[in-house]
Amino acid sequence: MEVRHASKYYKTKTGAVHALEDINLDFAPGDFTCILGPSGCGKTTLLWGLSGLHELSNGEVLLNGTPVKGPRPEIGMIFQEANLLPWRNLQKNIEFPFEIKKIDPKPYRERIQGLLDEVGLAGFENKFPRELSGGMQQRASIVRCLSYDPELILMDEPFGALDAFTRDEMNLLIQQIWMETGKTIIFVTHNVTEAIFLANKVVVMSPRPGRIAHVFDIDLPRPRTIEQTYTPEFIKVVLEIKATILHGSSPAR
Amino acid sequence: MADQLRDTIPTFGEPTDVTEGAGLDNMSGLTSASFARSWGEAALLLSVAVVLIGGLEIICRVFDVPAYTFPKPSEIWTALHTHFRTLYWPHLVVTLKVLFSGYAIGATIGIILAAVITQFPFVEKIITPYILLLVTTPMIALVPLLVQKMGFGMAPRIIAVALAAGPMVMINSATGFRRTDLAKIALARSYGASTIQTFAKVRFPLALPMIIVGLMVGAIFGMLTTVGAEFVGSSDGLGTRLAFFSSRIRMADFWAVIVILAIMGILIYMFFFWVGKRWASWQT
Repeated sequence: MEVRHASKYYKTKTGAVHALEDINLDFAPGDFTCILGPSGCGKTTLLWGLSGLHELSNGEVLLNGTPVKGPRPEIGMIFQEANLLPWRNLQKNIEFPFEIKKIDPKPYRERIQGLLDEVGLAGFENKFPRELSGGMQQRASIVRCLSYDPELILMDEPFGALDAFTRDEMNLLIQQIWMETGKTIIFVTHNVTEAIFLANKVVVMSPRPGRIAHVFDIDLPRPRTIEQTYTPEFIKVVLEIKATILHGSSPAR
Repeated sequence: MADQLRDTIPTFGEPTDVTEGAGLDNMSGLTSASFARSWGEAALLLSVAVVLIGGLEIICRVFDVPAYTFPKPSEIWTALHTHFRTLYWPHLVVTLKVLFSGYAIGATIGIILAAVITQFPFVEKIITPYILLLVTTPMIALVPLLVQKMGFGMAPRIIAVALAAGPMVMINSATGFRRTDLAKIALARSYGASTIQTFAKVRFPLALPMIIVGLMVGAIFGMLTTVGAEFVGSSDGLGTRLAFFSSRIRMADFWAVIVILAIMGILIYMFFFWVGKRWASWQT
């Protein structure tokens, strides 16, 4: 599977806001890519463009050789905050994609149960979102996304609203899921440590207009641990990336 | 929670540990959002009611209050149970018929209109002033006009009730439908949801708490309009009884009708409170 992200360009309707300028990226199958940048650099816009939720002004997104014109069944999305439907219990939230796609969830129930076990939510199927912590909600949304087995997972700052400890926990979980399933993951974040911890490849973006400043390959051994984020090798990469962001976003003005 | 003052428009979904059984037989349903939590609390609420009504009775007797000023509670009670079947029941049926028909028409149109109109902000802008006009103008004023054309049947009253309840339902529902959570709509769309699916599975449930509030306010407005319309342009219904009994200075009967109307209003409130708890409790 291949995501080919040919030259693209994006404008919003409110005047000539230049959100993205001529972005060229390749995402290899099974790759874990983080898109990193400060707020307003267009990383979410880029992700929504990849998912087919936004139209691009120019250029195109190719998935398995065909252009993405709208939402595709091979793509799963995980949103900022868990985005669960508050009037549905956990089980019904997880089966929401099946309802929309008009697929009988019964054959998938075993798989869903396995996923719930894995993320530690077994026994919470009948709880409502408001009865769960932020971390549990986001874990539920991960199960919702994995339940129908998409090839490509797009994650839009999924852990931005969580506290630092929960965030570490979630990062370990995502790494584990990625190593087990070999999914292609594109993960948007503004947290440098998180990006380096998770990714094989970190795409650093700079704002106004959104551009790619640099792409870093991260070769740290896996499975990575939270302790590893305090080692000199790791911190070296952090500093390198921070320097790029500073340089990329502070031209003479 | 039981001692907390509440607004007339309730918020739904307080965590309460109540099971059924503490409903109509005590007064807590009126004063608080949650029903009595224990038999002790229920007994207290009941005894307050007893003291209030008993106190009224004693004051009426001690000061010898004339019946045309305020009849004794015991007289009202006597009127209520001796005349209920003969004098009140036939009129109650008429009132309920008018209320239900007018309300059903008004509420249905109100919800549909709200759902459609909020999709087109420009149309909404044009229509909203007229809806506000309908909300703020007492629809009872239309009744004499309609009676001239249609006579003393139920039709003029049903129209007035529909026009009073509908805009109330509409305005609240529109607030609900306008509450678009873009992330949740994007979620549905990311699974390839159609417009109808997005509406049925995201927009409508999201709007439901406000729709229920609208339905409740609309029902109460509908009831007021029903009684008012009977006052001005009708030969039957509980409103006509109020006019009739007061003109004959039959105050016990007059007050008995008021009690029936009050109970109707409370039942409407309690019904929608229950509906809100059942269908909109996810909202805090």
